[in-house]
Amino acid sequence: MIYWNSFADFIAMGGYGFYVWGSFGVTALVMLIEPIVVGRSRKTTIARLKRQLRAESRSKEA
Amino acid sequence: MNDRFNLYRFASPATFYPLAGKMIPWFVALAVLFGIAGLYIGMLVAPTDFQQGEGYRIIFIHVPTSWLSMFIYLVMAFWAAIGLAFNTRLSGMMARALAPTGALMAFLSLWTGALWGKPMWGTWWVWDARLTSELILLFLYIGYLALVAAIDDPRRADKAGGILLLVGVVNVPIIYFSVKWWNTLHQGSSVNFAKSSMAEVMLWGMLLMALSFWMYSIAVALARVRTLMLERERNTDWVRAELTRTGEMQ
Amino acid sequence: MFDIVFTVIARDLKLAMRRQADIVSALFFFIIVVSLFPLGIGPELDLLRQLAPGVLWVAALLATMLSLPRLFADDLRDGTLEQLALSPHPLGLVVTGKVIAHWLVSGLPLALIAPVLGIQFDLAGDALFVLTAAILLGTPALSGIGAIGAALTLGLRGGGVLLSLLVLPLYIPVLIFGAGAVDATVSGLGGEGHLSLLAAMTIAAIGFAPWASAAALKIALE
Repeated sequence: MIYWNSFADFIAMGGYGFYVWGSFGVTALVMLIEPIVVGRSRKTTIARLKRQLRAESRSKEA
Repeated sequence: MNDRFNLYRFASPATFYPLAGKMIPWFVALAVLFGIAGLYIGMLVAPTDFQQGEGYRIIFIHVPTSWLSMFIYLVMAFWAAIGLAFNTRLSGMMARALAPTGALMAFLSLWTGALWGKPMWGTWWVWDARLTSELILLFLYIGYLALVAAIDDPRRADKAGGILLLVGVVNVPIIYFSVKWWNTLHQGSSVNFAKSSMAEVMLWGMLLMALSFWMYSIAVALARVRTLMLERERNTDWVRAELTRTGEMQ
Repeated sequence: MFDIVFTVIARDLKLAMRRQADIVSALFFFIIVVSLFPLGIGPELDLLRQLAPGVLWVAALLATMLSLPRLFADDLRDGTLEQLALSPHPLGLVVTGKVIAHWLVSGLPLALIAPVLGIQFDLAGDALFVLTAAILLGTPALSGIGAIGAALTLGLRGGGVLLSLLVLPLYIPVLIFGAGAVDATVSGLGGEGHLSLLAAMTIAAIGFAPWASAAALKIALE
């Protein structure tokens, strides 16, 4: 079922290893970094909005 | 009348925000499942291509990212049309949330195209009609992102971006055909993917990878649109309730 | 109904005549950019002849873009734009007039000077003729598409650079067929097909672009 004879063959990709893994590696990296960036901007946005909310309610009380 | 009411309710950020939050994990799970299946078939099961050797396996990323980059632009134009026609708040945010992912897909398509081109044709870049059009598509994405980033008022940004998207989507076929004509005129290198000889397993691997990338894009765009909603609607009651609720959870 | 188009053209031309320095600067920009290429590439005439269509066209794209940020900005500043938007005339027709005036001031001079620059690149007579015809037919489309970009970026900081980012990718078909027409003439294939496609693009751009710019202007004025 599995096409490869050994793990080394799989990594070598018949001599095209650099190109194949370069493509897959950068794609994986992008798809890893993008969600992290989105998640982080969500956290900072929520923190900033909360600070604004608190400042507002404090100024209302005062 | 009832349907209409539901549609409007669905399109309101207060309803869509929690719904999107519930949908994200499902799309992530689907993306992972399709991705594992696609990688298994594409990288482990599929046999070698007799013309291109193992280098052809780049197709399992190159084609899905190219498809997605074009598809996402179409979806953005669709949301832009809805937003301009019905003046809905959600549609502009959807277009904006999709744009960075679409641009990244275009970039990945070019990147993998270059890494494919080097061993196959001996150069990193060929002025092939498809690659050139993809590059122009990336420029269109960058133009949209730059325009909406430059406008401070979010409503104006959405509408101006929407007009740009509609103008862009009308121009995309014109650009594609002119680039194609230019390419044949200059007898440039044309990239042949040898589609007819492609084995069925390879096609399955490609489709599964495309589905995985699609689900990934939806998940990321939904996550981004949630942040946009909080930001835009920060003075509404539902955002205030949401903010105090997440505060309790932390 | 179309009177408004001519009124706007006449008004914009009168204003442009007061700022002749701008027209002349754009023209000299075109001339200087084109003249830089032989200095960067070398004086081999065979090479220059091959490069001429592309160089002249890219320089023409850049030169028409120079005046685009001003297309609506002056009218916005003195309040004319708001009045025009509130007037009973369709804003699309007003923009059509402005686009035509822009072309008369920025595109037409380029077409007239292009044959002289073509001689610098050793283009033959028929190629010079097609070059002029192509620039005449293609630049109205540039003014039309450019108006959309100018309307979208109206009043934004860094509007000029942003404008080029939005508009240049949309100029590509005009560039391809404009340079292609001259190329085809030089190689003996005949550029008529290219020219008719350029004309089609110009008609489409003049027909549709003003309405898209009018929509963008309304958003900017809100």
